[in-house]
Formats: sequence, structure tokens, C-alpha cells
Amino acid sequence: MISSVLAARRNDGRAALIPYVTAGHPSADSTVPVLTALADAGADIIELGLPFSDPLADGPTIQRSSFTSLKNGTTVEGVLADLARFRAERDTPVVLFTYLNPLLRYGVDDFLTDAAKAGANGLLLTDLPFGADPQLEGAVAQSPLDFIRLVAPTTEADRIPEIAEGGSGFLYYISRTGVTGARTELRQDLAEEVEALRAHVGLPVAVGFGISTPEQAREVGAIADGVVVGSALVQILDEHGVEAGARFLAELRAALD
Amino acid sequence: MVRPGGLLPRSTVAVTTIIDPQTDRFGAFGGRYVPETLIKALDELVAAYAQALEDPAFQTELEALSADFVGRPTPLYHAKRLGKAAGHSDVWLKREDLNHTGAHKINNTIGQALLARRMGKRRIIAETGAGQHGVATATACALFDMECVVYMGEEDVGRQALNVYRMQLLGAEVRPVSSGTRTLKDATNEAIRDWVTNVASTHYIIGSVVGPDPFPRMVRDFQSIIGREARAQSLKRFGRLPASVVACVGGGSNAMGMFHAFVPDVEVELVGVEAGGSGIESGRHSASLVAGTPGVLHGSLSYLLQDSDGQVAPAHSVSAGLDYPGVGPEHSFLKDSGRARYTFVTDEQALRAFHTLSELEGIIPALETAHAIAHVIEEGAGVEGPILICLSGRGDKDVSHVAQVEGRGSLI
Repeated sequence: MISSVLAARRNDGRAALIPYVTAGHPSADSTVPVLTALADAGADIIELGLPFSDPLADGPTIQRSSFTSLKNGTTVEGVLADLARFRAERDTPVVLFTYLNPLLRYGVDDFLTDAAKAGANGLLLTDLPFGADPQLEGAVAQSPLDFIRLVAPTTEADRIPEIAEGGSGFLYYISRTGVTGARTELRQDLAEEVEALRAHVGLPVAVGFGISTPEQAREVGAIADGVVVGSALVQILDEHGVEAGARFLAELRAALD
Repeated sequence: MVRPGGLLPRSTVAVTTIIDPQTDRFGAFGGRYVPETLIKALDELVAAYAQALEDPAFQTELEALSADFVGRPTPLYHAKRLGKAAGHSDVWLKREDLNHTGAHKINNTIGQALLARRMGKRRIIAETGAGQHGVATATACALFDMECVVYMGEEDVGRQALNVYRMQLLGAEVRPVSSGTRTLKDATNEAIRDWVTNVASTHYIIGSVVGPDPFPRMVRDFQSIIGREARAQSLKRFGRLPASVVACVGGGSNAMGMFHAFVPDVEVELVGVEAGGSGIESGRHSASLVAGTPGVLHGSLSYLLQDSDGQVAPAHSVSAGLDYPGVGPEHSFLKDSGRARYTFVTDEQALRAFHTLSELEGIIPALETAHAIAHVIEEGAGVEGPILICLSGRGDKDVSHVAQVEGRGSLI
């Protein structure tokens, strides 16, 4: 599903737009309306964050949204139920974005089964790098979910083929060292790095971390198969609500089209 | 058997290590559950540490600094009046409180700062709870002329004001952390975020036997001088190994440093004392080994306080240094393998022991250490043979906080 959407966008001659939102944020019952609004505003794939109490790969914006969500009573079960409700309405592929511990507690095999049943298409675990836990990685790889793996600017070249080998859907390139969060400028070397990465792997490459404006989205869209926008969107949802978030997404989409 | 040679257990690794060389784990525990961005830095650290272990110059410099700057070896002291209070004639204290900066933490920070210098990294970050690790890191950075940033939870900044000022005097920048529970756990999150961002220029000196590999084994090795000295001193002073070795456990660095040399001595009981806070039933405690379940936090799999949805539960302890919902993965291994036993004492028992040791021995212990003392006062009478307690730190930093807790108002 994820790779066919990316292939279709490639045929259209544009990069896929991949927004990130945190489940249960800004309010307990906003997950389904937010997902639907994003799908209708032109999202090609959606990353849905399952909040964790200790989001150490995230910057202040997504940290705040995670804490708000947990205060709103968000649970793994609840997020999967919301996802199933969204899936009944829209086809837009969803990647669950989270940390390992909630899965371990839920039971990894049960989670993979239940998430697929709820309509998830992919899984991204920020704290499960390639090689960290072969057994667990094997379980995700064999599940119906695409295993979205990350490559960082610090990743050694000889690691990249191995990471790509174990992944599916797309490869997520972290645009800079650091945590998630909006930045005013993209790094100079980004185009070169993404080009090198795409030359080495068979998977489509999406770029994320720090992309916050339509101009940046256009710039990244010119070099990558997918553009991930997270913190900037989460902040707008936080401050101005769902409609404003959908308008922002439509602007990003217009910049890519 | 007295272990020969340098401070680092090069000659003893084969005897006592329980790391699986294939996976860098302690049984099932440990690992490297971190963002991809950090993998290269961890690989570099593993390589640099392995090289340092083989380099006699590194060992010689560490040995010299430990002797001349830190003040090692620390004494083994026969605490007769404490023993009497515990109903036991043979209670001994390993005086880590007499180290420079007042706690065992400096054993690790000097070692890691030397390693950072070898790696060409001039910027150091650290997390701190009680402030002892922050002070020890700031001290090492002053010594080696390195930039130092210490992350500290806002709540701890309040209850450990003296240590905040000490770090600033030593030239460090203290950054208060206001997210999450505003204690050690969140200070560690923030330090990891800094490291992910500035990984090329920065070394992260983790203060306990926690975090991704190689930190748990590296911090243990730097702290293992405690147990190696204590083991040799025991043989010399009372002609046998202790029957029981007791240490407090938050993240578990003083306990791991004390236990490590004794792990092969199966006749020696190893006891880790966790912070029971207001009592285990109250849910307000930091006893991850006693009452937690395995989970992943801060890069490794270990026992963890968490709720039914896998969210990390807030810890509680009167002592900022034990106020942590996780624990070092090697302790989880020692627990599950049955080699060590883990128990707890409450805030109230620890506060009482804080007074008892001060009055009976003229030693004001850190509130963290007071947990180990309290356990021996409660249960020491049942032990046949010498009891060895790791007196991990002195309590000057806690005096104001204890006065406040006991209703005497603020002293500063």
C-alpha cells in the first residue's frame, strides 16, 4: 500500500506529502477528525504518533503534544480503535510512529496483529535502530506492516544497505542530527546526501526532521520521494485547531504539486 | 584472591564479566535501544574504550589521578557503634564519601573525561539527580579544561541548591529541565537529546550503570575500583571475605562498582537496597527491581517502573539520587540470576538512619547511602560474618533538604 502510493506519486512527477500528528492531540477525541482532515487536504501517507512518556528523540513541540495526549488519557488500545474508525472512512496509508516500550508492554506480536487489523500500514520505531534486537526486528519485518527504517547523517555508508534490506515501504532520512522540530533552514549537504542514499537503495526515500514551510517542502520534494512535516503541523494544531492544520497541509501540498 | 594490576580490571575481565560478547548484553538485559543518529558515536566509544583498556599509559594516568586528585584508596572503617545499634559486631564501611567531591561518582567522571580527551571531544554533557554526578563531572571538566553542560530536573535544582552552586563555581552550566517529572529521568532525556544534536563534538558522561552499551559496563569498570579495594582490604583487615555486601541502588553505580569484584565469590551475599519512598503499596517509590517489570528506557532493557500501557511511571524518593524509575541492566541480570538480592527501605527509615550514623559514628551520610545503612540497622543482626556497606557519599548536600523535610525550615 505504502510503496504503491509512493510509486503513483512518482508517476505524477511529485513527492509524496507525509504529515505527522500525535494521536490524542490536541484533544482526546481529535484523532479521527484530524486524520480525516489531513487525508482530505492532500496527505499521501500519514504518520500517527503513539505517545510515549519519555520521547527522547523528539523536540519540544512533539514532547508537549505527547504529554498533552497522555494527560488526555490516550492508550495504545484507544489509538488502534481510532485508527480503525478512520480506516472505515478513508484509504490514506498510516504509519504508526512510536517508541519501543509501549509495544513491549502490549506484547509485540499482539500489537503487530492488532495494528494491522486496525488498518495500520507501517511501523516506525525511533529507538529500535538496525541490529539492536534481531528477534524483534524479525517479528516486525514478518508482520503485514511495512517496517519504516531510519538513516541519519551520521550513519556509516556500510550500514545503509543492511538497514534498507530490513526495511520496507520507504526509508526515512533524518535531515540533520538532532531531535524533531521546526528549523528555519535546511542543511547545505542535504541534496547530495539524499542523492547518494537513493543511488544505494531500492526503497523510496522520504526526508524528515525540521521541514516547516511550503518552500522547504518544495526544496526537499525536488530531491526526495517523500516529505515528512511534523512539528510545524503539530504546533498549528495545538494553537489554531484542526481547520488551520488542514489549511497548512493544503499549502504544503500546493507547493509540491 | 587479590586482583593484581591497574585500576581497570584488564586482568580480571575474563574472571568476572558476564557480558555476552556477541550481543553486549547481560543475559537478556541491556542493549542499544537508541535513535539511529547515535549508533556511530556508540561504535566509536566502544572502540575508543577497548583501545584505552589496552593502553598502559591510560591506566597509568587514571591511577595517578585516582591517587593524587581523588584521594584513593579510600579507607575501610570498622563502624563499631553502628554495629552495636544493628545488633552485629562486625559492620564495616567502605568510605567512598572521602573521595574528592564527596562521593563515588568521581571514579567514573575522571575515567570518562580521560576517554573523551582521547577521542578529541572537548564538550561534555551530563545528567544529574542529587547533583553529585554533576559536581563530579564539572570537577573533571575543570581539571581537563573542557566545556561542561549539566542537565538537572527543576525539582532537583530546588532540593539540591548547594550542588547547583558548586557546579557553577566549577565553571559548568546547569540547565534546569522542566519537562515530564522534572527529575533525573527527564534530565537524562534532555541530555540524550543534546547528545543526538551535538554528537560530533560532544561526549555524554552518563553518571550511572544505565544507558545503551557500552555505558553500563564502562561505568561499572570505572567504579569497580570500589569493590576491588574493599575486597583486598577485607582480606587484610578481617582475614576473610565479608558475609554480606550492601549498597544502595538508584541507577546502581556504587552498588555495581562494589559488587563487581565479589560476583565470582558465591559465598558473599550481595544486597542492593532500593528507595521504598512512602512504601511499595503506596505506589510512591523508586524500587524498580523490587516492584518493576522489564522495559526499555534510556537505551537499555532493564527493570522499570511503568503502567499497564508501557508509559514510564513517576518514581519517588526523599533522595534525589535514587529518584529514578529505571535501573542498570546488569542489576536486572544479577536479580534474575539470583546472584544478588534486592530489597528496599522507606523514606522514613532512611531519614532515621541519616541521623543514626551521624550521631553514632560522626559521619553524615548522603540520603542515598542512608538507605543501605537503614537496611543493615533493620536486618544486620541476622547476618553471620562481617557486613560490608558501601558508604557511597557524604550528606552535606542533604543537610538543608533534611531540615526542610523535618520541618525546621530552609537553612539557605
